[in-house]
Amino acid sequence: MLELQNLSFAVDDESGNKEIVQDVSLVIPDRKFVVITGPNGGGKSTLAKLIAGVLRPTEGRILLDGEDITELSITDRARRGIAFAFQQPVRFKGIQVIDLLRLAAGKRLKVAEACEYLSGVGLCAREYIDREVNDSLSGGELKRIEIATVLARKSRLSVFDEPEAGIDLWSFQNLIQAFERMRREIHDSSIVIISHQERILNIADEIVVLQEGRIKCQGSAEAVMPEIIGTESAIASCGKG
Amino acid sequence: MALDEVQRRLLKEIAGLESLPKGAYNIRANGTAVARETTANIDIVPKQGDEPGIEIHVKPGTKQESVHIPVVLSESGLKETVYNDFYIGEDCDVVVVAGCGIDNCGGRDSQHDGVHRFWIGRNSHVRYVENHYGSGTGAGKRILNPVTELTLAEGATVELEMVQIKGVSSTNRTTKATLAGDAHMVVRERLMTAGEQTACSIYHVVLDGESSSADVVSRGVARDRSYQKLDLGIEGNAACSGHTECDSIIMDEAKILAVPSLAANCVDAQLVHEAAIGKIAGDQLIKLMTLGLTEKEAEEQIISGFLK
Repeated sequence: MLELQNLSFAVDDESGNKEIVQDVSLVIPDRKFVVITGPNGGGKSTLAKLIAGVLRPTEGRILLDGEDITELSITDRARRGIAFAFQQPVRFKGIQVIDLLRLAAGKRLKVAEACEYLSGVGLCAREYIDREVNDSLSGGELKRIEIATVLARKSRLSVFDEPEAGIDLWSFQNLIQAFERMRREIHDSSIVIISHQERILNIADEIVVLQEGRIKCQGSAEAVMPEIIGTESAIASCGKG
Repeated sequence: MALDEVQRRLLKEIAGLESLPKGAYNIRANGTAVARETTANIDIVPKQGDEPGIEIHVKPGTKQESVHIPVVLSESGLKETVYNDFYIGEDCDVVVVAGCGIDNCGGRDSQHDGVHRFWIGRNSHVRYVENHYGSGTGAGKRILNPVTELTLAEGATVELEMVQIKGVSSTNRTTKATLAGDAHMVVRERLMTAGEQTACSIYHVVLDGESSSADVVSRGVARDRSYQKLDLGIEGNAACSGHTECDSIIMDEAKILAVPSLAANCVDAQLVHEAAIGKIAGDQLIKLMTLGLTEKEAEEQIISGFLK
């Protein structure tokens, strides 16, 4: 279980101190698939980075299974079971897809095991396993490999920052299937996805709407969807839904 | 083979050899040849005249054969220049594994300057692998100044894998090549320097023949206070294509100078160079840290991938 207690994050900009996340308190129980949505600039990605340890809060606490992890490094949080998928995946010269999957799994995965993770995100494993994670991969391919690395981690808590951003429709279809499967096979873990996509929002156990750094509303998909449908917080893919 | 433990370790580092290789070989240790083998198609003979070294003659039509000519130095203060000439016949397909390992536990500098000259016959393919390595705790430097000169006949191709990852105090690497029509050259160089080490690598490739091509890629990592200079040059004298790429990671207080140069002496020469120097990107470190690696482990992974 992840617990955010009065979490705030502020930066100094030209106009002075600006609070990106303001006094957010939230509980993500085990076995829950939670989608955080809201208008652009509302603090969603910042919140995801605060959970992963990429950013440090200016105020508030973060607890994982009761342990205060606020001061822990990215590495220590990862080792305690937090996985994080970047909105813009990182490219590496020379590091192959299989290398990244092995690092993610924390063991020398067999090729067949690594292939399963790639197939899980709709990539033909044989074609990708030896590819370098570099500029030769498209944005959609990189995004799916990023998600495969999170799958390989088998984490207690997986955080995905706008997995649908910047990908083609074909990749998006595969992505949705991957998340639907993750939803079915959630076991004791929990999943947090930052997303505007209606199809992802529809499979959520709980939706949290973040606006101007604060939680505007939260609740089950049935309760929250009618309020946000058609707004910036719930966008249908290609306008078709 | 009369090699001591240190020499055997060096041999394993530079050529992956734990026992005598298959095919032709000439193993040189502390200034003398300690083992030599020839085959029906590959002959190795000592050079005549004043230049120390060997001649390697590969018969026309020789396929799927290899020549290993590693050099190991474990005696502090030993300095030598060796000339090895390769005469590769037409229609051959061979692998040449060279390289030098120096272990210097003494106070005097040890130095090996290997001059390798290749004449590669029509339509032959040569893969040349050169691995340089240094070890030892002595104050004496480990110096390697390899010179590789290649002359490619029509339709010949050569692939060079040049690797120097560890332990060489100072190196001046010079590679020169002249390519006739339809000849092709591919170079993949990997360099890492640390401490106070210096490495200069110079390529001068002359594309003389029509439809000849060269692709020279050098990747380097400079750490601590080390220095690297990369001078990759291609000269196009015909309808040819040439590409050089110098890609470097700079760390700590290191310095890197990249001097790419292209000379087009024919209107149909197509030449491109790319050069990039930068530190390890912060988001690369963060990504690997989110997989559970420490910052130091992440850095090592990024470097080993980059130099793979």
